[in-house]
Amino acid sequence: MGWIGETVDSIKSIQIRQVLTQAVSLGMIVTSALIIWKALMCITGSESPVVVVLSGSMEPGFKRGDILFLHMSNDPIRAGEIVVFNVDGREIPIVHRVIKVHERQDTGEVDILTKGDNNYGDDRLLYAHGQLWLQRHHIMGRAVGFLPYVGWVTIIMTEKPIIKYILIGALGLLVITSKD
Amino acid sequence: MHTVGYRMNAVLTLGVTILALICAMASLADNLNLPSPSAHVQVLNINWFQKQPNGNDEVSLTLNVSADLQSMFTWNTKQVFVFLAAEYETPQNALNQVSLWDSILPSKEHAKFLIHTTNKYRFTDQESNLRGKEFNLTLHWHVMPKTGKMFADKIVMTGYNLPQEYR
Repeated sequence: MGWIGETVDSIKSIQIRQVLTQAVSLGMIVTSALIIWKALMCITGSESPVVVVLSGSMEPGFKRGDILFLHMSNDPIRAGEIVVFNVDGREIPIVHRVIKVHERQDTGEVDILTKGDNNYGDDRLLYAHGQLWLQRHHIMGRAVGFLPYVGWVTIIMTEKPIIKYILIGALGLLVITSKD
Repeated sequence: MHTVGYRMNAVLTLGVTILALICAMASLADNLNLPSPSAHVQVLNINWFQKQPNGNDEVSLTLNVSADLQSMFTWNTKQVFVFLAAEYETPQNALNQVSLWDSILPSKEHAKFLIHTTNKYRFTDQESNLRGKEFNLTLHWHVMPKTGKMFADKIVMTGYNLPQEYR
């Protein structure tokens, strides 16, 4: 009987160790992703260093599903730059081009007007009611780099949540069943 | 160790790495391009020049814009966004940039152009400072790559003047 008990014990101990290593490695994956994201936030100075283009208002330059890399420095904002801005009362930030800039002499505050390359008119219709200009605090960052198509992954996952759950489930199964 | 899953994972990782490398190299290769752009802008006519009811000056111009931006195009260039901005200083504003006209150049063949146009966007000041104002016309361009870093540059043309009186 003794050897059966020993075997059971050894199996039990192995499983606990395995579960622990799996938990640790899963934690490592999650935390390293978080570290990369936070590091990007520090380097770029933007609260969301990477954005996915959701609308076709900047076509043919940026299409739906493209990825933009943002940078937020203290450099003044100038006409022609592509900025990402938040309008009061709107949840989703907008990526459009600056077409007018008026910068104050004494305070350095700026009035900015934007427009989507593919839109007919400027963005005053998108701004809050009665708002004529964007100010510095509306701007989340300016686009500096571009990567096509990659953003489709997030678009598909937000629009078809079932795919997200299947993916998470499959990955979870893989982690649990894998032995290395 | 050599299961289907591991092999697929290895192939996928290698594929993504190579793609990322190629994208980075394509973007870096843009730095080797030394463009030699040229531009010329002529103000043909002041169509009208008046003070709006809200107190802001507004002017309408007819322009001839000619430029050659063919050298901006490399094999990683998707399009070049080009625009003409009036830039001037006023007592309250250190810088005013007003876009007057813009265009998307989809390919090298379209990058050498001569355009006769009135201002596409309204040339409006924030106050009433435009009478007799000297301003610069700046041709800006933003190169949008197929992938990677975006470039921008400009040519400043000085010595344009608005009339002393409304008309």
